[in-house]
Amino acid sequence: MEFTKEEEKALNGEMGETLQTAYRILLATGEATNAESLIPIKWAHLSGVNYNTIGDSGEEFLRNISKDAKVKVKTTVNPMGFDVDHISEFDHIDNDFVEKQKSIRDSYIRMGVEPTFSCTPYDIFDLPQKDTQVSFAESNAAIFANSLGGLKTNKESAFSALASAITGKSPYSDLRKDGFEIPTTIRMKLENPNELDFGLLGFFAGKVADTSVNISGVSQPNRRSCKSLCGGMGTSGTCAKFQFVDEENNSSEKIDFGKEEMQKIHDELNTSDNGDLITLGSPQLGLEEISDLSNMLKGKSFQKRCMIFCSRAVQNQARHLDYTNEIERAGGEILSDCCTCLTPLIDTNEVDSVITNSVKGAYYLKNSTGVDVNLKPLSKIVQEETN
Amino acid sequence: MTKVIVQGKARGLVLKTNNPINFLGAVDKQTGTIHDKKHDIFEKSIKDSVLVFPHGVGSSVGAYTIYSLKENGTAPVAMICQKADLTVASGCALANIPMIIVSSDEFESIENGKELEVDTESSNVLN
Repeated sequence: MEFTKEEEKALNGEMGETLQTAYRILLATGEATNAESLIPIKWAHLSGVNYNTIGDSGEEFLRNISKDAKVKVKTTVNPMGFDVDHISEFDHIDNDFVEKQKSIRDSYIRMGVEPTFSCTPYDIFDLPQKDTQVSFAESNAAIFANSLGGLKTNKESAFSALASAITGKSPYSDLRKDGFEIPTTIRMKLENPNELDFGLLGFFAGKVADTSVNISGVSQPNRRSCKSLCGGMGTSGTCAKFQFVDEENNSSEKIDFGKEEMQKIHDELNTSDNGDLITLGSPQLGLEEISDLSNMLKGKSFQKRCMIFCSRAVQNQARHLDYTNEIERAGGEILSDCCTCLTPLIDTNEVDSVITNSVKGAYYLKNSTGVDVNLKPLSKIVQEETN
Repeated sequence: MTKVIVQGKARGLVLKTNNPINFLGAVDKQTGTIHDKKHDIFEKSIKDSVLVFPHGVGSSVGAYTIYSLKENGTAPVAMICQKADLTVASGCALANIPMIIVSSDEFESIENGKELEVDTESSNVLN
């Protein structure tokens, strides 16, 4: 790793403790990605906003660093633990949680971030021009940016993206360069895959691929399936980019994803045949998905509680376009600023098992929230869980 | 070939796994215990160990978990991986936990339970 004189000074602490910390992180992540230097980035997206995940140490760290740290580039942030507008409806969440979460929110705002509280920044903003360098920590957003958004990012960590936001720089790793070879091709063998199949494919690909992967046998999945693929892939491994390829006439290693492989991942994540609660939106739903859902729910009502997560920006647009009426009439609760993953809104004293179509959601519901999961595609959820 | 990701010196007993670790999903930051039932070091504590694992996976917020482990006094004293990932690298950088990358052969040769010193300033690094 070669630092400029200016960067070297910052690393040695001559420009204050905050920048020293930021450059120490960039040095480690630069070594980790075999980068030779740092390059400027235009947009950072931070994870590490939910008190449930970063805890007291995280809250304290952010409170301290936000005393003098300011973001240098456009910076958006991930979901937090709850929707401020609805928190009073969730009795099981104590005041301490609410206060700590608000402190975290305020620390980020003090640093100058845009308070998006969304894991889907690509659904909120127009993407910058092709090949723009960004630093996205949220894994589904990083994979989306690299694979479908034409942007370039590492699969950043919470700290490497924060360091990028504060310095406006990131290691110039292979993922940020053109023309690197993708060593593995996953051959998608499932016919007429739904969004859950794409999520399982992503989870499988994330496990077997290194930092990038080709996927063959797939033709133009819809946005719901694309987001599901990105979410699944980000959960299981280190893979930061996929590309759909038509032909298999390249020299990469070929791995099949057929019924058997799908079932194995499904069985790993699906631990129940039913559930007490439905959650939709991990990643948070975009406007198109909200519109779809509103059409699917015409004349139907959920028989169980159903939490629907989307960003505040998308919710506002959806309200403006009247997409939310049908969903709320059907009993869906639309929640913003938070997401299925690691939200404390799910009261584990009341809920043993959650129904979702999200592979990413399933992993964290199981491993972090500690509930069982019934995985099924949205069409089946609407068919089986409404009347 | 050994590559230093985060400098430092530490000594401890090796806790080795051949499975990647999702710090956010699999580690209890209060106790340092692995609570992912599917993991082969389930119920083992990573506290004060020289943690040897192929690489980190999953959520980018795992970096905060590593930082919290350190703040809570439940962190490994050093980490040795086969492949670097940004979550572990940046978490160790902020928490000042020495971290190195070793070749597959070296990784294979590290024995579980053995006392090991990581010293990134020494010519051997591993002693």
